[in-house]
Amino acid sequence: MTSKSLPMFPQAAKSALANSQLRRNLGKATTTIRNKRDSVVSELPDWEALRTAGSTIKARVMRHLDEYLLQLEASVQRAGGQVHWARDAGEANRIITAIVQGTGANRVVKVKSLTTDEIHLNDALAKAGIRAIETDLAELIIQLAGETSSHILVPAIHKNRSEIRDLFRRTIAQGQDLSDDPKQLAAAARRYLREQFLSAQVALSGANFAVAETGTICVVESEGNGRMCITLPQTLITVMGIEKILPTFGDFAVFLQLLPRSSTGERMNPYTSLWTGVTPGDGPQSFHLVLLDNGRTQVLSDDVGRQTLHCIRCSACLNICPVYSRTGGHAYGSVYPGPIGAILTPQLVGIQRAKSLPYASTLCGACYEVCPVKINIPEVLLHLRGEVTRHASPLHPEALAMRELAHIFASPERYERAQQLARRGQRFFVHGGMINHLPGMLAGWTTARDLAPIPKQSFRDWWRERQKESQS
Amino acid sequence: MRNTAKDIMLYRIRKGIANAPEPSPIPNDFRERDERDRAAILEDFIDRLVDYKAIVTRTNDTDLPQAIVDACQQQGITQIVIPADLSASWIPANVTALKDDPPLTYADLDKSSAVLTGCAIAIAQTGTIILDGGATQGRRVLSLIPDRHLCVVRAEQVVGLVPEAIARLTRRSTHPITLISGPSATSDIELSRVEGVHGPRTLHVFVVRDY
Repeated sequence: MTSKSLPMFPQAAKSALANSQLRRNLGKATTTIRNKRDSVVSELPDWEALRTAGSTIKARVMRHLDEYLLQLEASVQRAGGQVHWARDAGEANRIITAIVQGTGANRVVKVKSLTTDEIHLNDALAKAGIRAIETDLAELIIQLAGETSSHILVPAIHKNRSEIRDLFRRTIAQGQDLSDDPKQLAAAARRYLREQFLSAQVALSGANFAVAETGTICVVESEGNGRMCITLPQTLITVMGIEKILPTFGDFAVFLQLLPRSSTGERMNPYTSLWTGVTPGDGPQSFHLVLLDNGRTQVLSDDVGRQTLHCIRCSACLNICPVYSRTGGHAYGSVYPGPIGAILTPQLVGIQRAKSLPYASTLCGACYEVCPVKINIPEVLLHLRGEVTRHASPLHPEALAMRELAHIFASPERYERAQQLARRGQRFFVHGGMINHLPGMLAGWTTARDLAPIPKQSFRDWWRERQKESQS
Repeated sequence: MRNTAKDIMLYRIRKGIANAPEPSPIPNDFRERDERDRAAILEDFIDRLVDYKAIVTRTNDTDLPQAIVDACQQQGITQIVIPADLSASWIPANVTALKDDPPLTYADLDKSSAVLTGCAIAIAQTGTIILDGGATQGRRVLSLIPDRHLCVVRAEQVVGLVPEAIARLTRRSTHPITLISGPSATSDIELSRVEGVHGPRTLHVFVVRDY
């Protein structure tokens, strides 16, 4: 693992905000999906009860994660699958590379998986001479373009149809007469990928859920590429974060309602696949499950941050967020963008490497309201901001300023003297009754908000005068 | 002895949750059953299917074979894949039936234009058809590669809500299960919806009820 810090959010956001195509596409996407979600969620009179059940089930999973993981391992093994434990990205990548090499394959087909993006699996496989082919349409587009995802659910939302047509003409549809009609573009991807599916020996997937009781893995999707990958090749490798567990099969009653409605705004997504180990005569005959830590146990040990692991990656918090819906995903510098990324990334990689992310929010609380498993994102954001400050150097200008302020605020005389000084100094900066630009290091405060000037008479002055008047 | 990755991960987890409070019991005050009458539930199911552009034929036991024959003719289907245990009466006489016995190859399936199956359960609330590899359904690959999926759903297989379906499926939980809700679709290009990407591009559902 590298210890490089992620780019600072405010700088990354600035360049994203200057990209008018990104803003237009993103605005349309987030608004449309948000409205669809609203309408299908309002169909369910018991939505709040489902949220509470989802949140409680996940809290139980976290409290007994060790037992559930052991139970999952035993269930998968009983059903003919193999289970591997990976402490970090490097270990997971080594395990997966070795399994693929063992089959003799030099090409694998992949179902869209954020977890494999998190561990940079495709790069690791490429180093071993294995080509990983993304089969989700948007993932394929950004893979062919050599770019990264801008939205969890619709990763290529920053690209226009004509750009995609040009890209396909250069790559998978050379010499084909292709218009920029999305239908034709999807058909071109279907032709190219059909050959890949039918000939692939190994598939890689993530997991939306894994049932400890039965060993059943669940993948939720729309296009059918997931079904192709988990059905056709002889070997299937699934990588999942250790938090993706559900205790019992019956818990699908809750989660198969919460996820599709929150994610794509559908009553149910087109395809949901459930499989348990291997089934003779049906699908892959070799199944490997890789259980990934990669920072998750660190999140688990934080009493406030722990709830972050309840996340089912629906992306409802992205679509509702006033910050994300303008900057898009790239500004967050991580595979996990938006409000959930702002709390998950710093906890996974360490707060020191992503200290601007907990500030990438207005704390409006909309993300908490739409979260299907009730993660209190604003609470965790504030908690992490506290962590950032606690870890800051005592010589940091902000820390110095705060110490000086504490010194001033501790004595009434010092406080009043400071007020008088400020009242005299501020007159150069007050315009129209507000301070909208402060000089030097104080400018940071006024770039995003106005400051009310110190009034001519403070409460203490007024009180003193009033006392004098009543005595005289 | 050197600690394995598993030992270390379990140790980290146990350390992390040592002081975590025991969560409250899991509430079950969400709806578990649709109490309306069967006719209303069935209408909901059909309404949802139409909503995501599946073709729906309402029929009964007697008329089902003819309805399948008509559908094949209308859609220009000349050969159709069928699971090994499909009811003989369903097999349309006007097309070549490719029985999955011995198992068909991927190439055979890729060349055929349609598949005919039954199902395990269906959910009205979401318009979902569930296959669990049981009777009349065959292997997963059969309903995946051909471009058209003709599926027979009997009225008594339709339940109201998602929790009812999960309760019925629990017995079959370790079989490969596929939930199908409309034809495959993508909204990945400028969010404009395209039906039919990798799975069958057409889903034709025969709802069989004894009127």
